[in-house]
Amino acid sequence: MSLPVRPETDRQIDTLLTRFPRKGSALLPALHLIQGEKGHIPEEAMEYVAGKIGVSPAFVMGVVSFYTMFQRAPIGRHHIQVCMTLPCALRGAGGVMKHLEKRLGIRRGQTTSDGRFTLSAVECLGTCDTAPMFQVNEDEHGHLDAKKVDAILERLK
Amino acid sequence: MAFEPLLTRNIHKENPASIATYLASGGYQGLARVLKEFTPEAFVEEVKNSGLRGRGGAGFPCGVKWGFLPKGLDRPRYLCVNADESEPGTFKDRLLIEKDPHLVLEGIIASAYAIRCSLAFFYIRGEFHGPCRTFERAIEEARAKGFLGKNILGSGFDLDLIVYRGAGAYICGEETALLESLEGKRGLPRIKPPFPAVVGLYGCPTIINNVETLANVTLIAERGAAWFAGIGRPKNTGPKLFCLSGHVKRPGVFEAPLGIPLLELIHEHAGGMLHPDRPLKAAVPGGSSMKILPAAKCDVLMDFDSLAAVGTALGSAGGFVMDTSVCIVDALLNLARFYAHESCGQCTPCREGTGWFVKILTRLENGDGKPGDVDLLAEVASRVEGNTICPFGEAIAWPVQSYVAAFRDEFESHVTRRACPLGAAAGRS
Repeated sequence: MSLPVRPETDRQIDTLLTRFPRKGSALLPALHLIQGEKGHIPEEAMEYVAGKIGVSPAFVMGVVSFYTMFQRAPIGRHHIQVCMTLPCALRGAGGVMKHLEKRLGIRRGQTTSDGRFTLSAVECLGTCDTAPMFQVNEDEHGHLDAKKVDAILERLK
Repeated sequence: MAFEPLLTRNIHKENPASIATYLASGGYQGLARVLKEFTPEAFVEEVKNSGLRGRGGAGFPCGVKWGFLPKGLDRPRYLCVNADESEPGTFKDRLLIEKDPHLVLEGIIASAYAIRCSLAFFYIRGEFHGPCRTFERAIEEARAKGFLGKNILGSGFDLDLIVYRGAGAYICGEETALLESLEGKRGLPRIKPPFPAVVGLYGCPTIINNVETLANVTLIAERGAAWFAGIGRPKNTGPKLFCLSGHVKRPGVFEAPLGIPLLELIHEHAGGMLHPDRPLKAAVPGGSSMKILPAAKCDVLMDFDSLAAVGTALGSAGGFVMDTSVCIVDALLNLARFYAHESCGQCTPCREGTGWFVKILTRLENGDGKPGDVDLLAEVASRVEGNTICPFGEAIAWPVQSYVAAFRDEFESHVTRRACPLGAAAGRS
């Protein structure tokens, strides 16, 4: 059976297996590596990593489905994660989300048909002094208004 | 009023995160002093004497927690740094991680020494990509200078530190859920007792400490317990990072001794209310899980015991402010959705209760509230509080109970008017 990940990823996961006092701890870092390479965690990858760690594929599915950052299906190139929790809501997060839904022509939870953007509502990202804000992939953008949002979207190809 | 910055002394410098900057202002001298002048047990006593209480949310005395470790060394001890910062309104740990990682790291090393731990973990929430990279760089810098690794500063003490990223789960900030996550599982909290100090990571004695708590350990290492205990007041000692967000002009993190008045934080440090024609309606002092204070009750000091005395708590000090434009029912609905989403699902009262809060608050806000709904909210909350494996139950029960108690008329008028009196309101998503 061919590897569902690149040899380099496979080697990094092997290194992880000996990094911790118990092998099981390697699971979350391994899942981060897999998603880092593939953008999401397909079922073959879950079966593969289950074999590496020594747990069942169902166990891995349980872990993947528990944590909000792990994606089970492909998402857009730019994942726009809008914080909607109360401190951001107080400063207009609802308006930012509505504006994005209108601009992108999709509802929260969806991906644009050209695969460019996925739009998600997320919980508190721990940067409430820059509210309202969103995170695009790994980058935080705060003090948002409609104009700033449009400028950011424009830059994201 | 200006205070000598202690926790925030480096954050405005150029290259604040670099070890060169840190060393230039006396960094790692506290660690050197501890390794040279204290046995591990003596430093545990020192931290006990400082009165340092945990800065993650529970406020449990740090040195006392360390003292719960069993005496034997037949099993390894672990130190887990809780950098999962996910309590809504809280953003102070990330400030330290990004802007003064070595202040935190020095405290980690000194604490690991005190509890005789040679392998520590830095559990950081997965969404903190930038802070994580900054901290990993700081670890490499510290390793290169011999502050981590074997025989630190010739003391014979070894320490390895592994960074472990979470993947999006508020509940993993609860210490036993954090351990489950670190073991590569779903973050479901464990029943206590046994407590982590006795049965923790991999079943071994484990101490979990918050980032800001460990930064305070650095200060104690540098200047001693007696100096630390002179800041604040008895049982509420030390400097504190206070977060303020919501309807203020200058949201941010403000350092002050424990005990600063809430109103001073709001009106002097955070620049006062955002809109001149919208006065203060309510403030939540310490992260969304803490009971709300209506404006009339905001004349209060920000420390553990003062806030407990007025029926709320300091929690994570992730405070936020609401003005008169806010519908309190709508604000509570926002939080109810958060807790319903983040509930791990183990305990029936929490899993079902959070669902019921969303259901009832949604129909109240939509004008479909039934007579008795407000009492039902309070009743369900009373059946959640105290009946769960972990404090998540209280974390949602307290807001429900306190928002209803403080603003009962507003809730009732949603029922009688069959509408939200304020129309489209702040928390609406």
